[in-house]
Amino acid sequence: MSEQTGNAHVTAVGFSVFYGAQEAVKAVDLGIPSGEVTAIIGPSGCGKSTFLRAVNRMNDLIPGCRAAGKLMFDGEDVYGGNIDVAMLRRRVGMVFQKPNPFPKSIYDNVAYGPRLHGVTKRAALDEIVEASLHGAALWDEVKDRLAKNALGLSGGQAQRLCLARALAVKPEILLMDEPTSALDPKSTARIEELIVNLRGQYTIAIVTHNMQQAARVSDKTAFFYEGVLVEFAPTSDLFTHPKEKRTEDYITGRFG
Amino acid sequence: MKRRKIVDWVFSGGAYCAVAVMVAFLVLVIGPVFVKGVGAYVFRGTVENRRMMLEQFGRGDSVAVLAEWAEVRRARQPVYDALRAFEREMDEMPSARRKELRAAFKEVKEGVAELLGPEPGTPLPALTRRIYGQTRWDRAKVKRAHILFEEQWDYSGGDGVRVLVPRAPMFEGTALALVFAVLEKDLEGLLRPRLRFYPQFLTDRSIDAHFFGGIGAEVAGTVYLALGAMLIAVPFGIVAAVYFQEYARGGPVLSFLRSCVNTLAGVPSVVFGLFGLAFFINTMHVSRGKSVLAGALTLALLVLPTVIRASEEAIAAVPRTYKEAALSLGAGQWRTILTVILPAALPGILTGIVISMGRAAGETAPIIFTAAVSVGPLVGLGDVLSHPTPALSWNLYNMCTEHEAADEIRHVQYGMALTLVMIVLALNLAAIFLRARVTRRLKG
Ligand SMILES: Nc1ncnc2c1ncn2[C@@H]1O[C@H](COP(=O)(O)OP(=O)(O)OP(=O)(O)O)[C@@H](O)[C@H]1O
Ligand SMILES: [Mg+2]
Repeated sequence: MSEQTGNAHVTAVGFSVFYGAQEAVKAVDLGIPSGEVTAIIGPSGCGKSTFLRAVNRMNDLIPGCRAAGKLMFDGEDVYGGNIDVAMLRRRVGMVFQKPNPFPKSIYDNVAYGPRLHGVTKRAALDEIVEASLHGAALWDEVKDRLAKNALGLSGGQAQRLCLARALAVKPEILLMDEPTSALDPKSTARIEELIVNLRGQYTIAIVTHNMQQAARVSDKTAFFYEGVLVEFAPTSDLFTHPKEKRTEDYITGRFG
Repeated sequence: MKRRKIVDWVFSGGAYCAVAVMVAFLVLVIGPVFVKGVGAYVFRGTVENRRMMLEQFGRGDSVAVLAEWAEVRRARQPVYDALRAFEREMDEMPSARRKELRAAFKEVKEGVAELLGPEPGTPLPALTRRIYGQTRWDRAKVKRAHILFEEQWDYSGGDGVRVLVPRAPMFEGTALALVFAVLEKDLEGLLRPRLRFYPQFLTDRSIDAHFFGGIGAEVAGTVYLALGAMLIAVPFGIVAAVYFQEYARGGPVLSFLRSCVNTLAGVPSVVFGLFGLAFFINTMHVSRGKSVLAGALTLALLVLPTVIRASEEAIAAVPRTYKEAALSLGAGQWRTILTVILPAALPGILTGIVISMGRAAGETAPIIFTAAVSVGPLVGLGDVLSHPTPALSWNLYNMCTEHEAADEIRHVQYGMALTLVMIVLALNLAAIFLRARVTRRLKG
């Protein structure tokens, strides 16, 4: 899908998010390219999660949180009046910082989304579940215990299950908010491997505190600082020749 | 360092003491209820009990009972003969002596009728309880004491002291002396006590205001009322809890509604009873008078705050991350609630429901004016909308205070108390069991 590369899948234009009076994301202009992996880095509290959660309107859950400016997803205004939020969220998959499988069986976890969207036939569900678990490289580990409760999985397995659950609704874009921060190095490596494999099939935006991780998996990197998008460039450029002083300070570990 | 140890020691000692006091209290309260209540289910029953069971409930081996009855009648004949002989003897006594003995003889004669039942061949009394002698051995011994001894009060010491004066010396040398001798020595021959298991006490209808039979109507009434109350309170309670936790966005309306619920929780239960009468029966006319429906509605109102609170707590305890996950997959709010939040909150909600059910089963005041009658037949399932019903809690109270012979049916009262305690206990155990089960399913 490299021909899609370059078109922005998600476009922010002068986009801001407020928590009450506090502006957590400040007039950001950013285009997340289609089919590529975009890393979002920055010190704690700089608004990375807030920006990411704006794309599928998860911020709606927070009382007093509102957005200004424009945020476009595939040509649609995310905060526009006539958007179907449930539909938007279906098209925008999300993997959270902490693995959060439902207290249901492994099968039911993956089948949750498809069932939600009207797939009821057992055979069709079976197929989707297997494909999604393959996609998340979890199939071989769980194929014999699909009926077991998902809370019995290890942290890394649970996170891959969450990925499979997100993949099962066939999203167009995957948002990942520090998906490996709660995992051990081995599980982290597996997730990173997955991200690389999924590259091209999905547009991926990943928030991370781990600079090496950003360097390893992403095509482009965005550096946020105090709510402002400071720099957005191809990953190799940003890490080798940062244009901004603040970016350089951050990636060389002088703060953050 | 040393002081810390002492403080620790005092605290844990205090905790152990508290637990010990609690256990002792439980044993003191539940113990006697249990011991005496079991007496309704297991007791020494006399031949009169077997005869009553055969005639009233059609239970037992009729050939054996009739044979035994014939033997017992033969054994009793000398008693009846002696009574009659003494009556003739009395006619020939000098009038002063006759006057002296007449009152005592009357009591003896009545006592014998109560103890053994009416003499065969005499017309049957109207009250069922008078048709039979004492059916329980423990009651028979009490009745015998009433015959053998006269109760007198000795006020010589200031306060009255009860003294039991034997009647036998008064009648020495008369034909009646034989009655005293037989009752003293051979009561067993007259009544034939035998250990009886009576599990049907739980389901049998009562006969003649609980003199005989069981508490089936009361148990059914309690079950109807408790289940009915939950049937009404649970849907409302869960919907209200979902609203409070998931929909309401703060503000004065929410705090007003919340304080309404909290106030409801603090209202004395008798007020619910009066409200139920005034609102459900007199205003809404849900039934023409007391009915199971009106009682269940009233009880539902009573337990609603408990159900709401338990459900709210359970919903609040569901990790937010489940909700986020469901929403991020494109679930609407209702789908999220139905498919993720409520299932995860189920253990807590269930606990609240079952505990409320125990409360509904035990409450008395709310049903006095809305549902309960002192005596009544077992209400069929088809009649719950319009018919009142006896119920354990109310009838227990009623039988201890209003029953014309409350002393004679202590075993029924304790049997009811035990049954009620057991029902509530069983519900609480069910809550623990269910909770464990559902939690295990959720935890995998
Ligand atoms: N629910 C909230 N209510 C109010 N303020 C919030 C809320 N969530 C985040 N904020 C504030 O918004 C700002 C951005 O937060 P955000 O979580 O987006 O940062 P982040 O870059 O993801 O940080 P981290 O790397 O620690 O996850 C912070 O100042 C934070 O205090
Ligand atoms: Mg964050």
